[in-house]
Amino acid sequence: MTTSSSRRPRVATAWLAGCSGCHMSFLDLDEALFDLAERADVVFGPLADAKVFPTDVDLTLVEGAVTNTDNLELAQAIRANTQVVVSFGDCAVTGNITALRNALGDPSELLQRVYVEHPDLAGVVPTEVVPDLLPKALPLHEVIGVDVYLPGCPPSAARIKTALFALLDAIEAGEDIATVAAAREPGDLRFGN
Amino acid sequence: MSARPVPPTPPAGPRSARPTVSVTLDGEEVLAFPGETVLALARRLGVPIPTLCQLDGVSVYGGCRLCVVEVEGEHRLPLACATEVSADMDVRSTSSQLRDHRRRIVALLFAEGSHVCAACVASGACELQDLATETGVDHVPYELAFPSHEVDASHPLFVLDRDRCVLCTRCVRVCDEIEGAHVWDIAQRGNDARLVAGMDQPWGEVASCTSCGKCVAACPTGALYHQGTASGERRPDPELIAFLADARGGVWEQRDNGAASQPRDAAGSHEQGTTP
Repeated sequence: MTTSSSRRPRVATAWLAGCSGCHMSFLDLDEALFDLAERADVVFGPLADAKVFPTDVDLTLVEGAVTNTDNLELAQAIRANTQVVVSFGDCAVTGNITALRNALGDPSELLQRVYVEHPDLAGVVPTEVVPDLLPKALPLHEVIGVDVYLPGCPPSAARIKTALFALLDAIEAGEDIATVAAAREPGDLRFGN
Repeated sequence: MSARPVPPTPPAGPRSARPTVSVTLDGEEVLAFPGETVLALARRLGVPIPTLCQLDGVSVYGGCRLCVVEVEGEHRLPLACATEVSADMDVRSTSSQLRDHRRRIVALLFAEGSHVCAACVASGACELQDLATETGVDHVPYELAFPSHEVDASHPLFVLDRDRCVLCTRCVRVCDEIEGAHVWDIAQRGNDARLVAGMDQPWGEVASCTSCGKCVAACPTGALYHQGTASGERRPDPELIAFLADARGGVWEQRDNGAASQPRDAAGSHEQGTTP
């Protein structure tokens, strides 16, 4: 998939299993959001009114780990329709807090403990509407191919801005993304906060 | 960090007073002290070589392998911390091969532990977190182990969180060589290797622990910390160990009997959480 220079870049964000803190940090771009709106269309995500992941997207920032069947389906739709996928924040990059459950074993035992053994809840594991949990919460790159990693819990607005506009420049210029990602300053990266 | 005397440069060790060994470091000819390690030489000249298990003031362990360097004519990669300079040695402290090895080591440490920086007491003051930044580890390209380890909070002052432990043995060496108590050991091997207190007892039940806190000061990650420390609050003090070793004129084994029988731990008041 290559970008047609005749149209504006199409940017998406996605919220898998995370706390939305990375999106909060994205909103902290403040006035840089106007710069983004000037040069790109935001076509999907918590900040856009679209129910189905669109086709022909140039850049998608994916927040959160892959912990249930909905996450898995959306992650696959993102990969199939996006030129450059960014693993956005520590939950997407490492599993982070979302993956703490992995060390506790089988998720059905966890659901039993939380919903059935808890005295204040209805005593049944919810099955309607909510998606099934996967055996493990996984970092995004264990599920789909990822082009760029942007760690941090959350990544700071400054770091998001640097990455976002560098990637938009590269996409518009038709440059190789791996080369652009490798050229960044190492000090820009940090797990945690 | 509290103000304390800067250790002498170069640090005390078996060597003559003048640098007389001609060595090439990263293409530049330099003079090293006889018996000086490659790491000590590099640090003296301001050449950065990443380390993790190495700790000034205690013995060399050579476990983390982060300080590997290239030496002309040698196929294997020697450890800068454990290799003494020799005449006409040609050392490279960095190359694409070394950077690749160091990145892999750091990524593997993240893969085998449960290093959730966002929920760790050490975030912001963690040598492993800093090494990831320094070596450019932006993700872990291996399957993450998500292990389940025991937390030992039985000590009245301190906590051991094995999820964050990188088995560097700094605490083992500090407790043995500086405090002389030898509370810590590594039990088992390979994936089962774990830090144990006493005879694999709850830390709080180990009678030989003096609660001096040196292991907590020396820990590079969030594995050892003071009770009540919240996420991102831990402030380690690994330089304390070199200060103590220097102030006491050597490690435990090197002291004569007179010095060893002095009232114990006059320097203990430097540490937080020191018991009376």
